[in-house]
Amino acid sequence: MSNKVAVYRKEHFNAAHRLHNPEWTEEMNKKVFGKCNNPNYHGHNYELEVKVIGVPDARTGYVMDMKELSDIISKNVLEKFDHKNLNLDTDEFRQLNPTAENIVMVIYNLLRAKIDARFDVQVRLYETERNFAEYPA
Amino acid sequence: MVYLTRLEHFNAAHKLYNPNWSNEKNEEVFGLCANENWHGHNFDLYVTIKGEPDADTGFLMDVKKLKSLIKEHVIAKVDHKNLNLDVEFLKDKMCSTENLAIGIWNQLAPHLPGNVKLHCIKLYETARIYVEYFGD
Repeated sequence: MSNKVAVYRKEHFNAAHRLHNPEWTEEMNKKVFGKCNNPNYHGHNYELEVKVIGVPDARTGYVMDMKELSDIISKNVLEKFDHKNLNLDTDEFRQLNPTAENIVMVIYNLLRAKIDARFDVQVRLYETERNFAEYPA
Repeated sequence: MVYLTRLEHFNAAHKLYNPNWSNEKNEEVFGLCANENWHGHNFDLYVTIKGEPDADTGFLMDVKKLKSLIKEHVIAKVDHKNLNLDVEFLKDKMCSTENLAIGIWNQLAPHLPGNVKLHCIKLYETARIYVEYFGD
């Protein structure tokens, strides 16, 4: 039997965004993205769940120090996105449509680069209570 | 007297920024919330009405009718909008959750049937922050 355990850290951030494809006409954008295309933006309370999988360390009993995980998320995700306009204020989404799918992939890549390679990582992002995305699937 | 509550949701962008102040003063008072390019929230809106149940239906008010009133007079005006730029009833007001709750009260109160009174607008900006307005 595997000794792997999953540990989770929840965080949240508030941000404005709009869904828009600059290569399409205004009508096409409205048709595809509906209310989410509003030119003056709208916003969400994003809830983030970061899952880290590994074997608990024999000395500490920890998979990973949760304080360390919390600091990594704060520094690499929350400081970038909290109380920001994703389209205007972040390098990551200047050219990339900030859908929940794209945001979760970006966050995964930001975190994956900072978390030790011996751990598996999975990220879940709630845009609302009812809409959420997970990566890797 | 019975109290009846309907819960609705909307998502919107806003910022807290007083145009009569300098950028520095706004940042000092409103911090991250003053970000000039907006930020946003999932708002949860609890509308509570009060009155006596009707003898024939047992209802204080048909909740479907209440839902339609909230959708027409509130949600349609604020959902997926920029509260500072797109919402007529917040024009020239500071877009705090407090002022938004008062604005929502004023949007709804005139449209309720004569036998019920609006009791409370409870508005969650995040899971941890909410305001209540009782009309006084």
